[in-house]
Order: sequence, then structure tokens, then C-alpha cells
Amino acid sequence: MSKKINLKIDGIPVAVDEGTTILKAAKQLNIHIPTLCYHDDLCIAGNCRVCVVEMKGSRTLPASCAMPVSEGMEVMTNTLKVRTARKHIIDLLLSEHNAKCTTCYKNGKCELQELAAENKISTASFIDLVPHKNYQMDAYSPSIIKDDSKCIRCQRCVRTCEELQHVSALGVAYKGDKMKISTFFENPMFEVVCTNCGQCVNRCPTGALVERNYLEEVWAAIYDPDKHVVVQTAPAVRVALGEDLNLEPGVIVTGKMVTALKRLGFDSVLDTDFTADLTIMEEGFELLTRLKKALVDKDPSVKLPMATSCSPGWIKFIEHTYPEYLGNLSTCKSPQQMFGALAKTYYAQKRKLDPSKVVSISIMPCTAKKFEADRPEMRSSGYKDVDYVLTTRELAIMIKQAGLEFASLPESHYDSIMGESTGAAVIFGATGGVMEAALRTAYEVVTGREVPFNGLNITPVRGMEGVREVTIKIEGTVPEWKFLEGAELKTVIAHGLTNAKKVMDSVRDGKSNYHFIEIMACPGGCIGGGGQPIPTNAEIRKKRTEAIFAEDSGMKIRKSHENPEVIAIYKEFLEKPLGHKSHELLHTHYKERARH
Amino acid sequence: MPEIKELVKNLASKHGKTRESLIPILQGVIHEERYISDEAMTEIARELDISAAQVYGTATFYSFLDTQPRGKYVIRVCRTISCAMKGKNLITHEIEDMLKIKVGETTQNKKFSLLETNCLGWCHKGPAMLINDDAFTDLTAEKVREIINQYIKK
Amino acid sequence: MSYSNLKRVDLIFDKECNPKEIIKNTWAKSNDQIINELLESGLKGRGGAGFPTALKWKYTAEQPEPDKYIICNADEGEPGTFKDREILFKVPQKVFGGMAVGAKVIGAKEGFIYLRGEYRFLLPELEAQLESFHEILKDLKIDFRIKIIMGSGAYICGEESALFESMEGHRGEPRNKPPYPTIAGFRSKPTVINNVETLVYAFMICMHGARKFKDLGTADSRGSKVFSISGDTPKAGIYELELGMTVEQFVEEFGDGDTKAVQVGGASGFCVPRKKFKETIIGFEGVPTGGSMMLFNSSRSMFNVLHNYLEFFEEESCGQCTPCRVGCQQLILGIEAVKKGERHASYLEHLQKLAQTMKITAKCGLGQSVANSFFSIVENFKEEMIY
Repeated sequence: MSKKINLKIDGIPVAVDEGTTILKAAKQLNIHIPTLCYHDDLCIAGNCRVCVVEMKGSRTLPASCAMPVSEGMEVMTNTLKVRTARKHIIDLLLSEHNAKCTTCYKNGKCELQELAAENKISTASFIDLVPHKNYQMDAYSPSIIKDDSKCIRCQRCVRTCEELQHVSALGVAYKGDKMKISTFFENPMFEVVCTNCGQCVNRCPTGALVERNYLEEVWAAIYDPDKHVVVQTAPAVRVALGEDLNLEPGVIVTGKMVTALKRLGFDSVLDTDFTADLTIMEEGFELLTRLKKALVDKDPSVKLPMATSCSPGWIKFIEHTYPEYLGNLSTCKSPQQMFGALAKTYYAQKRKLDPSKVVSISIMPCTAKKFEADRPEMRSSGYKDVDYVLTTRELAIMIKQAGLEFASLPESHYDSIMGESTGAAVIFGATGGVMEAALRTAYEVVTGREVPFNGLNITPVRGMEGVREVTIKIEGTVPEWKFLEGAELKTVIAHGLTNAKKVMDSVRDGKSNYHFIEIMACPGGCIGGGGQPIPTNAEIRKKRTEAIFAEDSGMKIRKSHENPEVIAIYKEFLEKPLGHKSHELLHTHYKERARH
Repeated sequence: MPEIKELVKNLASKHGKTRESLIPILQGVIHEERYISDEAMTEIARELDISAAQVYGTATFYSFLDTQPRGKYVIRVCRTISCAMKGKNLITHEIEDMLKIKVGETTQNKKFSLLETNCLGWCHKGPAMLINDDAFTDLTAEKVREIINQYIKK
Repeated sequence: MSYSNLKRVDLIFDKECNPKEIIKNTWAKSNDQIINELLESGLKGRGGAGFPTALKWKYTAEQPEPDKYIICNADEGEPGTFKDREILFKVPQKVFGGMAVGAKVIGAKEGFIYLRGEYRFLLPELEAQLESFHEILKDLKIDFRIKIIMGSGAYICGEESALFESMEGHRGEPRNKPPYPTIAGFRSKPTVINNVETLVYAFMICMHGARKFKDLGTADSRGSKVFSISGDTPKAGIYELELGMTVEQFVEEFGDGDTKAVQVGGASGFCVPRKKFKETIIGFEGVPTGGSMMLFNSSRSMFNVLHNYLEFFEEESCGQCTPCRVGCQQLILGIEAVKKGERHASYLEHLQKLAQTMKITAKCGLGQSVANSFFSIVENFKEEMIY
């Protein structure tokens, strides 16, 4: 137990742990102090100064986010001095900010706008600085748009990129009035180490960093009578979409979402879960094959550990940062891209459609998926496999634009084919989920028995620690996989690229002997993706994760290899995992990229 | 740019490869090259295992760590109050006139760059200027002409 | 040179000083004795903030951390200040000596001098002087070394936590306080950071005892101080003077007969108009100063003076906190707008309120002190701001 500190906030006594900040102590008293640069996930910056408070005995007003409490402290959060200062600060930020709110993508979702409204900043009292600035707009990336004229220099993005992702594609450059958030040499985001993960977008309080949206393109496809528009939805979308549509975090909205998509006019509403299951088949067999080559054939060219390849942010990170390990990545495309490749081949054939008329849309919790869909490798159907990627947030916008009262929508089922899911596919959305799904299948392939965990729940791989190591002992193998008898499969799971770096450094330095690595670029996995509803914090991510596992428990089929549509596609089209067609459509390669 | 690579490597082995070495390395590049090119910055980022944006962000914070190409001799005329009161503008104009460049520019032959800077710490002997590391004080139009001429001959 | 009403002192530049001898004698004393002597002297920091040096050393000495540092802040960048350059040029051994004594007291084995980039020409001689000082330490078997770190042109690095950031290879952005340097400074270790001049006084107090220093000055401002004098004066230069004089006395000595204002403490200091010369004491009880004294005669426009200061701050602000970054831009554009008649004269009052907000909400001393010159110039020379 840490020491308790007694203080008074607005005259109300409170006792809090030593080291608590005034901001957090006030929260315990349900006193809300406005903030901008503060974010639960990030270290304290104390630079916006919106959260200043009066402290007895102090000449200055300290920033409550950065000031630790001390014994006998008396804090006032709502004095004339505080209000005047706060208004000044908001007003100053507005003077530097391109406040064309009505045409801003973040209109109605902007923390600065909210603060200005709350404080009734009616007429800007200071001189508009925007005409004096040479603000730049970077709209070259397929994933993220950076508009400096909206930036309030809170540095949340910089801290996100550094602390959570260890990428630092964004930094602070210059000083004084010229200070700005900048990439290396002010190059476009598209040309630097940015992984497109969108975690900065999740934390930007204004419209300075937003996803590139494809709303109009998608509406145009829907309205085009010549086009057959298929949409796939990623596992993590169904546990977060509700947050942007007036529901609490953690509410599962799968059925309502499917109804909404049908009402929006998509011709076929399908599930990325189907290709998540397919990924498990391909990736599971790829792992077993690599193990066989390494252990039985003693093939020196085989690369172990094998790493998952579902997270396009992680792929771009490794391409920039550890290119010498590209051979360790599974060659499997992500479920989104497997789906795209099949939509314009298998699906089009089965539904007797001209693939050139099929428009393939995906709804993703992710901004990096937009970049992934644009990669030149992702055209194995002969067309662009996935035409447009929308984030969870964009889908919510479409639902609102269409006038749908989401909460009251009835539930409905995905269409067929490629609409069937299993619990294993659903958990792809949470950190550890791909590992758990892979183990449910691989263990059974090798031993003929289910994984020895109660109710198929491989709890050791779950959780929120950044890096989790789990060893699974393989016993009672079937003859074909006899060479694995008694082997200990060493796995590791990491989420957030800072943790990915830890794992990769330990691999590079020979400090580990993993066989299989699962890495998700975003904190918490896809449920914490850069395309998910804003805000995000540990609490919200926990609720989404719980919802994911609840969805899994409620599914009739919980193992990828039992997905009837997966069984069918191998029978009718792909023949077998890692077969010729699989290689053509479901696997890919990677490329080394510069480190800046 | 193999020379830049070599230079950065040498500086990194002299100053070390921790973050604390960053500014000494940047200063070393300035000493040799008068500015820090994007190639130099990516090399430094590689050597120190930090992001190039961090190198850029740190360099652009400091007035003396130029990221734009500069001439062999960088002239920095003090523009702060005491020097301004003592006729800094006359000095700047004199140099502009001699070198046919404006403040912020570099001569065609890449020999001189003319910049203005904040207080140089010679307020009692203004106007003052630096040419690279050397300070010149109590400047007059004649004096500055003489100094620049000497550098032209160098 | 005659000093009609000001007492000239010669502690800092006095060459009669044998560093080896002083160090030897000082090492014979206990740390408590040294701290008490300093406390007795009443020495306050000479960088401008005026924190009692003895307490800084004492608090750092009390930290149980094994690694501690002493840093000499030679990032002299305040407009109108140039005395540290002269001290480092003329009596570097005294600076090193002060650092060594501080290191003994707090228990540091490493010291650093953060020298501003504009003074790089001092480096070769300083390095040579340092070598001979290290020889003295070696002779006396004292385990302490000093390293010189170069700045690269950023006024804000004179702010102590920004200076640590810069030494650690980062942008010179001030940190949140607490923690203070005495607990977590350079490399997050307990650190004493003193101005060049402070270290020399500390060393001189070790040499002469507290009495000689304490007998000078006033109750709040003990001792003497090195002044950097510039502007409209026939006697621009560096002078060590006893503290406690009024601006009137100062102007009588250094003015050109037509002095209308004196800026005490540089761009971040206060402007004293003629009508307040008599009542204003230069020192901690009146207007504090790191030594910068700029005189303006009636030919000068105080609008231009303020504008020049604000341009300086606009550029030299680190830019991280809102009040300082945006506030400086607003103050400049604001006074320009009033001058051009684009805003009503009453807009100055609005700007004064803004300056007040900057003074109480900016993250560090730079942003907080912009208000000093703004207030004192706008208030005292309002007509010059408007017409």
C-alpha cells in the first residue's frame, strides 16, 4: 500500500495515493478538469495548459495533469483566475487553428470544438494567425491525411508513434512560432517509416490526423446498377461499431451491423471471418511444414520462428525495421486480402458474376488495411482484390448518413457464400486470438485431439501484457506428425509495435528460441485498431476484448477447420492448404523498405 | 554519398552511439559540411538506432544546426536590440551589397551564406557578427567590407 | 575610472587567486561547514532567478543517489548579457574551482559546462585551461572531472531542464516541474546547476570567507554582481558593482544624460521608466537581474524596443506550450495592429490580460517572463505604443 496524501479540491477533502496527479485526484471527486494534450495511454506532456488550476500558495497555475499532489495542498479548479486563463488558452489555440469546422471531417468529434463550445468562445478575441502560416496538407497517403492547419501541437500523435509504436515517423520539428509536427524532412507520410497503423488518428483531438475516407467512392459503387458490391466485415468491427452509434463499449452488434449493411444497399454482406478461418488453415499448415522441414529434413533454408502476417501495420514495420527477417513472415495474405482475391474469383464463379463488375469493399478496424489493399502485390484476381477499405468509423458515418436508427435495427445473418464464421475467426480481433485459433486447429491436426484447455479457451495466450510467452507441449501425436511427439512449441504474442520490437530484438540477439510469433501492430490487437471508434483507452479496449471472447463462446463452431464453407472451398476450389491455387491467390511476398 | 557515410561513422565512433551523442555528431557534420543533409541525417539515425524524424526534429530546433545547404563561410549578424540600435541594418545591407545576396541566401559559388541571428553576447560592442565560429565586433561599414574582403581572398 | 556613488568590487576578476590553495583549504573543511559558510554569505543564484546557492547544494547533497552531477550553465543568451563570456575568458580556473567545491559538497564525480554555441571561439583556450585544472585535481588526488558540452543556438537551453534535455541529445524543451533538478536533473539524477558567475562567487567565498561577501549589498541582495551594460551609454561594458543601488544612482553613473528608460534583466526583465528611477532598487527587493542593464535615451522608440524583444521570444520559445508559443505571436501582431490603427487602443488592455495569463500558465520561466517587459513597457510608454 502506498502512502495516502490528504488534500482539498474545491474545498472537498480527498485522500489519494502518493504520486497521484491533481487531475486524477479531481476525477475521484467527480470534478472534471478539461484537458487536451493529456491521454490515458500516453506519458504526461503538460504542454497544452488547458488543465491549469489554482493552487494555494503558488504564484502560477500548475497544469493539473502534471502536478503530483502533496500533503495539505488546496486546489481550486473553478476560480475567476482559472476560467480566464482557460478561456485565453482555448482562444489562443483557436487563433492558430483553421477553424472551418463545418467542412471539417472531424466536425462534431473534435475535442477543441467541444471545449470551445463548452466555454462559449463566441467571437475569436485574438488575431487569426492562420493567414500568417504556411500550413501544409499531406493527402498523399492512402491511409492517413495530415492537415497541419488543424494541428494544436499537443503532441499526442508524436507520443503515440514513439511510446506505443516505437516508430517515430512523426516528430516535433523547429521551435517557437515555427514549431510543428513533422515527418523526416517534412516528406509525405506515404514516403516515410509510417506504418499507417492510425494510432495517431485515434488519439488526435482535432482534424489534423484523420483517415483517408472513401465514403463517396463506396456510395457511388452502391448506386451503380452495373456493379455487384460485396462487403466483408472484420472480426473487431462488430464489438466496437456500436460506440459510434450511441451504444456503450463492449456491446456486440453483429446482427444489427449486417442488417445495416444490407439496408445501405450492399449486394452481399459477407464475413472476413471466413477468410480468417482460411488463414488458420493455410498458416497452420505453413507452420507445421516449416517445423517438419526444420526438424525432419534439416533444411537449413527454412526460416523459424514464423511470424503472423495478418496485421499490415506490423508488415510495414518489419519491412522498414527488420528487413532481414522478411523470410520469417508467414507468406499468407491477411484475411482481408484473401477475401478480396476470392471475391473476384471463387465467389464470382459461384455466383456467375463478371469479376470486372464486382466491387469488393471491406470494413476494417484499421487504417493500414487501406494501404494494404493498394499494394501492387494485392491483385492476384487480375483486378484490385479489395477496391475500397472503410474503417469502423466510416461505416458508422454511412449508417448515420442513411438515416438508420442503429440501436433499433433487427438482427440478421450474413449472406452466403463466404459468410460463415467460427469462434476461432472471431477472436482474430483480439491480441492472442490468431495464436489461439491456430493452436485449436494445429494441435488437433497433429494429435487428433482437441487442445487440452477447458472449453477450448487457451487462457494463457490471452491477456493484455505487451509480450506473452506460452509453451505448449505436444503429446500423443498421430503417425503423420510423429516427429513432433514430446516437442515443446514455443510461442510468443506481442501487441503494439513497441512490444513487437522487443520480440524482434530478442530474436535478433538470439535470446529466444520461439517457433511461432503473433504480432498485432495495435494495442490490444485489432479491437484497438487505428480505424476504431474514438476515444480509446485501456478500459474501452478491455470491454471490446471481453465482447470478442463472449462472441466466441457463443458460437456453435469454434475451430477453423470445422467451418463448413472452408471445408467446401478446399473441396471445390482450392484442393488443399498450401496447394497450387492457394499459392496463387492466398499467399504473397514482402519487400524491404528504407528506414526513414 | 559515401563521404557522408564515412564522416558520420567516424563521428559516431568518436562520440558514441547513444542519444547523448546526437548533438555532438550533428555539430561535427556542421563543422565539416556547414549543413546537415537528409543523407547525413538518415545515416545518423541508422548509427544511433533512432528515427530519422527524431534527428530532423532535434536538428531543426537549434539555429546553428542548419538543414539547408550553406556556404563555406556562414555569416550571422546579430539582430537583437543593442546591435539593432547600433546600426545592424547598415552592416547587413553592406554585406548584401558586397555578396549580392539577401539575408537567408547563399552565394552562387557556395562560399558565403548570410543569416541574422539572436543575441551573440557582444551587446557592449555592437554591431556584432559571427563568421563560422569567429566573432567580429564594433562593426562599421568599412570594417565589415575589409573583413569580408579578407574572407573572399581565403 | 571614477565611481561617484557606486561601489566597485573586484571579487570576480581579481587575479590574486591560487585555485590549488583554495581547493586544498576547502577540502580540509566538512561539507556542512562549506554549506554553512555559503548560507551565511547569503549568496543567491546569479542567473536571474536568485535561488539561494547553499540550499541548492544542500538539497542535492541530501539525495542518497550515488550518481550526481554539477553543471555550469554557460548558455548565456539573455539579450544584453555578456558577462559570463568575459568570466570564462578571463578567470576560467575560478569557474572550475567553484564546480569542484560544489562537486565535493554534493558528492559528484562528473561536472559539465554547457557553453552556448555562440561562444565556441572560447573553446580551445577553455580546454587548455581545463587540462591544467585537471592536473591540480590530480595532484590533490581529487576524483572529479569536467567536460565541456557545446550548445547549438537556442536561448531556451539556458532554462535548466531544457539544458538537461539538450545535453541528453534532445530538443531543448523544458520539463514539467516537479521533480526539480536537485532530485532528478541531468540523466534524471540529482543535479546542481549553477550560473557561471554564481560558481565563481561560491569559490571566492571559500577563499575569503562569508564576511567579505555578506558585508556588501543589502539584506535581500547580498554581495556584488557583475553587470553587463549596453545601449545608450558612453561606458558600455562589464562592471562588478555592489548590490543595492537605485536605478537613479546607476543612471547617474552610466547614463548619457538623456536616459529615458533602463531595461533591467534583459528581454525577460523589467523596463524602468525615468519617473521610477529614484524608487527602484536593482536587486531582489526591487527589480532582479541576471546582470543585463540596457539604457535607452529619448531618441529610442519603446515600441521598437518591445517589438524587438517579442520577435526574440517568438523565435526562441521552444514552442511546446500554448501560452508561450501562441501568446508571443499574438503579442507581436497585437501591438503591430494597434500601431497601425487596425485595432483600437483598448486592445492593449486585452493583450495585457493575455500577458498575465502567460505569466501564470506558461510551462517554464521563459514564457512566464515575457509578460515582464510587455507590462512594464506598455504600461509606462502607452503613448508610444499607440501613436
